[in-house]
Amino acid sequence: MINKVVASAAAAVADIADGATVMIGGFGTAGMPSELIDALIARGPKDLTIVNNNAGNGDTGLAALLKARQVKKIICSFPRQVDSWVFDGLYKAGDIELELVPQGNLAERIRAAGAGIGAFYTPTGYGTPLAEGKETRRIDGRDYVLEYPIHADFALIKALRGDRWGNLVYRKTARNFGPIMATAAKCAIAQVREIVNLGDLDPEAVATPGIFVQRVVEVPAAAKLMATPGAAA
Amino acid sequence: MKRFTRDQMAARVARDMPNGAYVNLGIGLPTMVANHLPKDREIILHTENGLLGMGPAPEAGAEDADLINAGKQPVTTLPGASFFHHADSFAMMRGGHLDFCVLGAFQVSVTGDLANWHTGAPDAIPAVGGAMDLAIGAKRVYVMMEHLTKKGESKIVAHCSYPLTGVGCVNRIFTDLAVLDVTPDGLKVLERAPELSFEELQRLTGVPLIDAAVAVAA
Repeated sequence: MINKVVASAAAAVADIADGATVMIGGFGTAGMPSELIDALIARGPKDLTIVNNNAGNGDTGLAALLKARQVKKIICSFPRQVDSWVFDGLYKAGDIELELVPQGNLAERIRAAGAGIGAFYTPTGYGTPLAEGKETRRIDGRDYVLEYPIHADFALIKALRGDRWGNLVYRKTARNFGPIMATAAKCAIAQVREIVNLGDLDPEAVATPGIFVQRVVEVPAAAKLMATPGAAA
Repeated sequence: MKRFTRDQMAARVARDMPNGAYVNLGIGLPTMVANHLPKDREIILHTENGLLGMGPAPEAGAEDADLINAGKQPVTTLPGASFFHHADSFAMMRGGHLDFCVLGAFQVSVTGDLANWHTGAPDAIPAVGGAMDLAIGAKRVYVMMEHLTKKGESKIVAHCSYPLTGVGCVNRIFTDLAVLDVTPDGLKVLERAPELSFEELQRLTGVPLIDAAVAVAA
């Protein structure tokens, strides 16, 4: 019997080691797998490379992981927000490396990794500082930049419901990076609000088929405060 | 000098949006366009974090932390809305499916180069988000901005001095002084603020303009 259900968040992240590349889902705090991040902080691996759209909000979740000085490098599109003081401090002190990627290129590089694409030409960023030093090519009169996939050892994502095969459905705009990150990591770990019986998820509605997911852990919903609105994407 | 108000600018942009248009409104001034979309047209708003059919902000107390826009502010869904992941969301832009995006800007050049993500200041923490994807992705890229900086310098320039967001990507510029089209012949002035002469607009802007406008009645 296939059973990808893991008993606890701690057990789900128990083999994430020093130097791992870890994708973390979420856009701001929507879809951020906070309990998996807390478990990663408790476990304490160092020198991580983190892939996320942002670089943490407030003092919890991803920001807490940064604050614990477990992150060597972050690959993201929008680190600077009104409540990104943890990242801001580390960056200004030179204590964290930043690879800034346009948001759509970030998503496509993750998707490409999951889809087995070796590299791709994208029009986004052509002629800008974020394409400096990169290979370019004119195709049918339009200019493109060559971008490479981003692979990860682990992906930590959050979904609404999952089953023991790893099938997932998401909730509203908390879906964001979850489905593509699940495909791009050797080991995708999903925290779900509820684990349901096999067959209870409508196959037409499954957003991430279980083939992309290695571990599922149930984290019931806590009363969530609305996130502080950030300055921008 | 009478300037277009922010609401007038937003209403003017909204008038350009035809029935059935798929539109992404950037953060800041462009967000105000949503308040002026003609009620007799179905215009579908896209937010790049993964929603088509975005509705207005919810009532106080009805906010949902899982239902936000690209500015991470709570929003609602309209009947017909759909959710999708980030790669699909940016395929909608890059793939040329999105009809319009409306962006703010630090500078726009006479050839439609856009600078809106970074001042280039050495101590600034860079952040780009979806700006570069929107700039090159939408079928038509509109910019809304004040015509002049606080120091009175034109934000419409021969060459952008700030780091670029996209090359030759802007189609139309809406400022508090004028509406201008970026054309192969140069910048064409479509409308001017009340009582603003073409000569005065030309003097303030500093790059060559083509007069194709009538002053808008006060």
